Amino acid sequence: MQTSPDIEFKGTGFTLTVIKLGSNSLDALQNILMDKIAKAPHFFNCAPVVVDVSQADDELDFVQLKEVVEGQDFVPVGVTACRNQQQKDSARSAGLAVMTAGALQSESRPANPPTPAPQSANSATKVVHGHVRSGQQVYADSGDLVIVGSVSNGAEVIADGDIHIYGALRGRAIAGAKGIKQAKIFCQDLQAELVSIAGTYLLNEQMVESLARASLVHIEQDKLVIRSLA
Amino acid sequence: MSKVVVVTSGKGGVGKTTSSAAIGTGLALSGFKTVIIDFDIGLRNLDLIMGCERRVVYDFVNVIKGESNLNQSLIKDKRVDNLYVLPASQTRDKDALTKEGVQTVLNNLRDMEFDFIICDSPAGIETGAIMALYFADEAIITTNPEVSSVRDSDRILGMLSSKSQRAEQGLEPVREHLLLTRYDPSRVNRGDMLSVEDVEEILAIPLLGVIPESQAVLKASNSGEPVILDDESDAGKAYRDAVDRLLGKEVDFRFLTEEKKGLFSRLFGA
Repeated sequence: MQTSPDIEFKGTGFTLTVIKLGSNSLDALQNILMDKIAKAPHFFNCAPVVVDVSQADDELDFVQLKEVVEGQDFVPVGVTACRNQQQKDSARSAGLAVMTAGALQSESRPANPPTPAPQSANSATKVVHGHVRSGQQVYADSGDLVIVGSVSNGAEVIADGDIHIYGALRGRAIAGAKGIKQAKIFCQDLQAELVSIAGTYLLNEQMVESLARASLVHIEQDKLVIRSLA
Repeated sequence: MSKVVVVTSGKGGVGKTTSSAAIGTGLALSGFKTVIIDFDIGLRNLDLIMGCERRVVYDFVNVIKGESNLNQSLIKDKRVDNLYVLPASQTRDKDALTKEGVQTVLNNLRDMEFDFIICDSPAGIETGAIMALYFADEAIITTNPEVSSVRDSDRILGMLSSKSQRAEQGLEPVREHLLLTRYDPSRVNRGDMLSVEDVEEILAIPLLGVIPESQAVLKASNSGEPVILDDESDAGKAYRDAVDRLLGKEVDFRFLTEEKKGLFSRLFGA
């Protein structure tokens, strides 16, 4: 068997958003998608989605379904929970992958499982009272993070949204961890080992002139900028 | 009601055992029934500092394993009333410690009406150190005025607030005290050493004591006399102050500034 050194085949799991259809109404789907986009335009930007068709009728038009989803800037990856071969065939001919959900999901489910509320950034603010010590890590999942205290050297604070530190930042602060470029870091005394927003970072030695001041860190024209708040 | 006090630091060689011995002895001198437990299984040192190494028959691990009872294993100090040492095992390793075992020993010590149970923690953040701090009511964070020691102390403070029993059960948090050891005001003035204020700012916990760098400490260790018994030395006096503060007294801090050297001491380097 020939193997190419540059190409590798590997199995990996990805987190995908699943849209569960309640009926065959593609207009309803379009309205809901537009609504989501309006609420959190950046969160869903080109998000890969899988459509769950378990509640839809057999005669679902997969070509049109794909157009509706693509029309709202989502990337339809495939469909899941097809009930019969006919559905699978039409999905395939529409260019959609037929996917099977993991073991947990394939078990019998209640007719209308509660769909988790879509999470946008700023949905929940996590507040930590006290110091974040060396070796500790705090993560605000899909929201802002407020630390009422200092962040020590060797500690790490991470948020999908903004980070506010009412104390000295001596460790690492990573805002916009899921790629939100509008995320900001505020602190009363910037002495950080590293600050990062949406993957762009500055090391301590790159911010020597800005240290030991109350500061705001944000992205301006794709560059990380530190502004003194004093 | 017994108080469990852990003496810990993260970093090795900063003076945990010296401080455990000194503070434990100081508490006993103040009239409190005190036991000092050596948690550094495999690297038994406390008995040397306490000068009771030739009287060790059974140790902490023997008690945990039920091979001896507490009365057989506790070594009574010959100099100070109310003072006992529970030595570590030299031959076992720290996996011999279990939470259940340590808890049983601590409960038995409580039944024996000890006022203070001092846990002398090993260095590091492994099982031994976690066992030493797990049941603590109060913690004495021993720190040298030097960046790596301060960093490690910060790490241990994090563990106290997440891994201790009080943290796990959501009880009132462990009371933390900062004990700065090997402090040399002249080196602080020269900028070679972190100042008390620097360390306090980073660790942000109340200061229990500042022990000046002193020849007396090494001498005391080698002779098996806790340095607090040396009334003449600065280190001994500073430990007495620390013990008083631990007992809730207000004591002014001493030895924070450089001593003015007279002509004679300048010439002869005394």
